[in-house]
Amino acid sequence: MSTRDWLLTESPASRMQARLGRSYRVMLALLHNPLAVVGALIILTLVVLALFAPWFATHSPYSGQLTERLLPPSAEYWLGTDELGRDIWSRIVYGARITLVIVLLVAAIAAPLGLVIGAISGYFGGWTDRILMGITDIFLSMPKLILALAFVAALGPGIENAVIAIAITSWPAYARIARAETLTFRNAEFIAAIRLQGASAARVILRHILPLCSSSVIIRVTLDMAGIILTAAGLGFLGLGAQPPLPEWGAMISRGRVFILDQWWVATMPGFAIVIVSLGFCFLGDGLRDVLDPKGGGKQ
Amino acid sequence: MFVLSKSKFLDACVFLGLDLRRHVMIREAGPLSIEPATEPYAGPSATRSKAGRRFAASFGGFVATIAFTFLGLLAITFFIGRVVPIDPVLAVVGDRAPQEVYDRVRVEMGLDRPLVVQFFSYVGEVVTGDFGQSVTTGRPVIEDLVRVFPATLEMATLGIIIGVALGVPMGVWAASKQGSITDQVIRVVGLLGYSVPAFWLGLIGLLLFYARLQWVGGPGRLDIYYDGLIPTVTGLMLVDSIIAGDWTVFWNAVSHLVLPASILGFFSLAYIARMTRSFMLDQLNQEYVVTARVKGVPERQVIWRHAFRPIRVPLITVIGLSYAGLLEGSVMIETVFSWPGIGNYLTSALLNADMNAVLGATLVIGSVFIAINKISDVLYRVLDPRAG
Repeated sequence: MSTRDWLLTESPASRMQARLGRSYRVMLALLHNPLAVVGALIILTLVVLALFAPWFATHSPYSGQLTERLLPPSAEYWLGTDELGRDIWSRIVYGARITLVIVLLVAAIAAPLGLVIGAISGYFGGWTDRILMGITDIFLSMPKLILALAFVAALGPGIENAVIAIAITSWPAYARIARAETLTFRNAEFIAAIRLQGASAARVILRHILPLCSSSVIIRVTLDMAGIILTAAGLGFLGLGAQPPLPEWGAMISRGRVFILDQWWVATMPGFAIVIVSLGFCFLGDGLRDVLDPKGGGKQ
Repeated sequence: MFVLSKSKFLDACVFLGLDLRRHVMIREAGPLSIEPATEPYAGPSATRSKAGRRFAASFGGFVATIAFTFLGLLAITFFIGRVVPIDPVLAVVGDRAPQEVYDRVRVEMGLDRPLVVQFFSYVGEVVTGDFGQSVTTGRPVIEDLVRVFPATLEMATLGIIIGVALGVPMGVWAASKQGSITDQVIRVVGLLGYSVPAFWLGLIGLLLFYARLQWVGGPGRLDIYYDGLIPTVTGLMLVDSIIAGDWTVFWNAVSHLVLPASILGFFSLAYIARMTRSFMLDQLNQEYVVTARVKGVPERQVIWRHAFRPIRVPLITVIGLSYAGLLEGSVMIETVFSWPGIGNYLTSALLNADMNAVLGATLVIGSVFIAINKISDVLYRVLDPRAG
């Protein structure tokens, strides 16, 4: 029996085999979606660039030569240099680290928070549900960017505070999704079976409900990544996110703004990086939704 | 006839954060939910009075939700303004103020009272329109907001007009040619709307259309030598210049407005086109569309009469939410275009740590956002007979 047959078998012999088989099927389906493949490749590139930034950067991202300031793109400086003579390509490569860290931290804070709140709300119902969803709805009906701006204004500028502010504004959507999913199988027989065996509410939620909610939340998180990147870049652009000399893409655009008329590349190049990475997340999220979510599958 | 399946509609909306799911869910499971239809039938008159009571109950619930949401907004801004900063007094008096000044200001600001009392007096102040003084402009924040809001309104309104005028036909077109090159192009344009930073697009737009091609006016609402020529009536430059009958100023204002509004329009276009396409696809797969086609109804009529009509109601919701989103999106655009609107006011207040102005602007944008959200929710219910 080949590995492929083992993975695709209709009657897996172990949980592990079933799980691997499912991931394999998802992967196969994703590979049939050209846009999703492009998206995955873009994100892979981002991760590789971020991990091995020193190898890909041709110059130092922090120190430049003032004699070489504001040079147009050339063989030496692929994307030109900025007002301090720093190589823009190298700064973008190092900036990939910042972008990746922000996105991962926001996802790591907001997604579990939303999942747990949504699952608790859906599982217990009643007043717990009403209160939790009331709070969620309040957050949902606020403008996210404005709220993030106000939070950062109060907390003070910086990456950590930007991450906190974005996470605070993005969990409610996940809570909503997790609650809706929980409601669909809250009264299912397998949940009743576990409860009859004496499982505590915490155990039911953590071991049996959360895993089932996670795939829809993962799709939504992937789709939200682009928005998170844009918000973080916007905060950086306004001077509220990463502080100089960190090569954050939004902050780079903000500095290049002064030179936009004569040295267009300073502000333009980091923008392309943002667009490409955000598009990558959109493509992948779109593809993931088609594959993982049978309800909307293949429609978009 | 169930023409638009609710779950599909919601699935479509879930993409990129449209929170319609919430709207409908509130209706399905939230405090606003209407009694299930399994009630025993008790004669026509009883039904009518019950329906009246039901309406009153749901209306009351609706008002309660709105009040609750606004209170939530206030709680958040209160939290941001009074609790998060380590010491709001220091922000006012500075680090080097002597202790007695510090204590006096602390009492003057009412910070010695319990938080709950502070919160309710804050609510009272906001309700009476008192947002405090702006440190930067030295005027009451509410006056500043009244002055800057029309500029944002003008830009966002033109933006949504552009977005709807182009986005809806594009979405319909893409859906009618599903899978074709046109469809793919429109889809990528739609995704670009979610991946391009607004401020960056604004800069590129300025570079191309203002600096290089000189098609449009630059930053600001008017060229500098037209400033102050027109008496302020509505605050909307286009309307004011028409009232004054000054067409030179009008065209100058148009040339300044068109670029930022188009960029805002692009973002709403991307979103509206995407939603329209997915609503249309749902309709075009319905059996009555097949029936119409089998009967030989011309394709144009099938698309615009049979398929498009039922999606007008959900589209209104989408357009409403998108309009609210533009008010928010204008923050970045206004910064780039030095547009003297609420977004610009907010960001300059942010940079000067002018918390009263920040919170005032947040409250106003938040309230408009909530209001549009709720109005579109109500419209959906009123216009869609199935939702009642």
